[in-house]
Amino acid sequence: MSRDRVRVVVTGLGVTTPLGGDVASTWSALLAGQSGVHTLTEDWADLLPVKFAAKAAVEPTEVLPRPESRRLDRAEQFALIAAREAWQDAGTPKVAPDRLGVVVGSGIGGITTILAAYDVFKEKGWQRLSPYTVPMLMPNGSAGWIGIELGATAGVHATVSACATGAESIGYAMEMIRSGRADVVVAGGTEAAIHPLNLGSFAAMRAMSTRNDEPQLASRPWDVDRDGFVLGEGAGIIVLESEEHALARGARIYAEAAGVGYSGDAHHIAQPEPTGAGLRSAARRVLADAGLTGEDIRHVNAHATSTPAGDVVEAVAIQEIIGDHPLVTATKSMTGHLLGGAGGIESVFTIKALYDRVVPATINVDNLDPAVEVDIVRGEPRKLPDGQIAAINNSFGFGGHNVSVAFASI
Amino acid sequence: MAVTEQEILAGLGKIINEITGIPAAEVTPEKNFVDDLDIDSLSMVEIAVAAQDEFGVEIPDDQLKHLKTVKDVVNFIQN
Repeated sequence: MSRDRVRVVVTGLGVTTPLGGDVASTWSALLAGQSGVHTLTEDWADLLPVKFAAKAAVEPTEVLPRPESRRLDRAEQFALIAAREAWQDAGTPKVAPDRLGVVVGSGIGGITTILAAYDVFKEKGWQRLSPYTVPMLMPNGSAGWIGIELGATAGVHATVSACATGAESIGYAMEMIRSGRADVVVAGGTEAAIHPLNLGSFAAMRAMSTRNDEPQLASRPWDVDRDGFVLGEGAGIIVLESEEHALARGARIYAEAAGVGYSGDAHHIAQPEPTGAGLRSAARRVLADAGLTGEDIRHVNAHATSTPAGDVVEAVAIQEIIGDHPLVTATKSMTGHLLGGAGGIESVFTIKALYDRVVPATINVDNLDPAVEVDIVRGEPRKLPDGQIAAINNSFGFGGHNVSVAFASI
Repeated sequence: MAVTEQEILAGLGKIINEITGIPAAEVTPEKNFVDDLDIDSLSMVEIAVAAQDEFGVEIPDDQLKHLKTVKDVVNFIQN
C-alpha cells in the first residue's frame, strides 16, 4: 500500500452519542448490543406519529460550563465535547497554528436555536434575541468554535451533505493533509435535531420507523420488518495527521486514513438511486484512492439506516464491488441515525473495530432480508483477522451524496 | 426608593457571572470590561439587556459603547 504521496493517519478519537458521553462508554455499549433508543416523554410527542428517538446519553449542558453552553447550539455543544476528547486522546499535539485545520459539519445546523429564537422574536421582540443567535444557528458554527479553541489557522471548513456530512468532512480533511495545506486536521460531524418539527418532517416523508410500542426494536437494518430510521443525536470527531508528523512526535496511531470515494446520484433529492450505481461508484473510487482491492476490506460499517429501500441497495453494492467476505455491521441499530453526525461516529467505530479487531453486531436482525447476501454480523461481536487489513465506512445523504471512507490497520 | 450603588454592583456581578462565568466577586467598580474582564461586544449586549430587565433602566446602544468600566454602568443605572 505504499504510494508516493503524504500518508494520513488517525491519532485521536472523540464521540458523544446516545450510548455514552465518550468513546470508551459508547464502544462498550456497542459491543454489548445495547440500544440508545427511548420513548420521548415530552408533551409534543403526542402530536407526532413517531414517539421515540435516540437522545444523547450525557446531557451536554451537564459537561460544559453554563456560560459556555448558553452561547452554543446543542449541535455545537456536542461537537466541542467530542473535539476535546479527540484532541486529548491524540495527546494534544504540538502543531503550528497555520499547519492545523478543522473540518466539522452538520446536516441541519442549529435548527433548535432557529425555532426557539423565532418564538422569542414573536413573543418578546428582536431586543430579546441572544446576540449569539446567528453563530448558534449557522451550520459552520461548530467548526468555527473548534478552530478558535485549538487556534487552527490553516483553514476551518464545514461540509454540508445531509447524512454524508461527517464522512465528507473526514474525506476533505484527508485531502487537506495530502495536498500539503495542513499537518493536523480535526474532522467529523455533529447533529442535534431531535425536535418535533424535524420528527414531523421526516415522518411526512414516511422515512421514520413508527414502532412506538417497541422503540428499542425500531432500528433494525436489513431485517424484513424494518420500517424506517430512528433519529439520534451527538457528534463524532477524529484527529487526522500526516504520518510524518505523527511519527515525529511519537503519537499513538490508530489506523491509516487510507482513502475516500465520493459520488453523486443525480437521481432524486431524497430517494436512493434504485440500481445502486452511485454507491458502486463511491466504492470503486475509495478502493482506487486507497490503493486497495476488495479483498483487503475485511469490515464495512454500513450506512444502513433501517429503511426498506436503502439497506438492500447498499448491501448489494458492497457485495458487487467489495465482495461477500467483509464483516458488515450497522451500528445505527443501536445509536439511531445521527444524520450529519453519523459519518463522524461511524468512522470512529470503524477505526475502533480495526484497532481492537472486533466488529459490533447489528441488533434486531431477527429475520434477515433474503435479498441481503453479505456477511452481516448478528448476535455477538465478531473478531477481525490479524495482519494488514482495511475497513470502510459508508455514509449517504439526501441530495444524492455518497461517501465511502477507507481506514487501514498500521 | 432608588437602589444603592452596592445593590447595583451586586446585581451586575450576578448578571455578568451568569453570562460569562466570571466570578461575581471579580466584578469590581474599577474593572474595564474589555481589558480586565475580557468581555466581548456580543456579551456586552446580553449584559445590557439583562441589566435593563433587572433595574428597569434602558441602556441605548449609543450609550453602551461609552460604558467602559463596571463603575460607568453602575453610575449610568443610578442616574
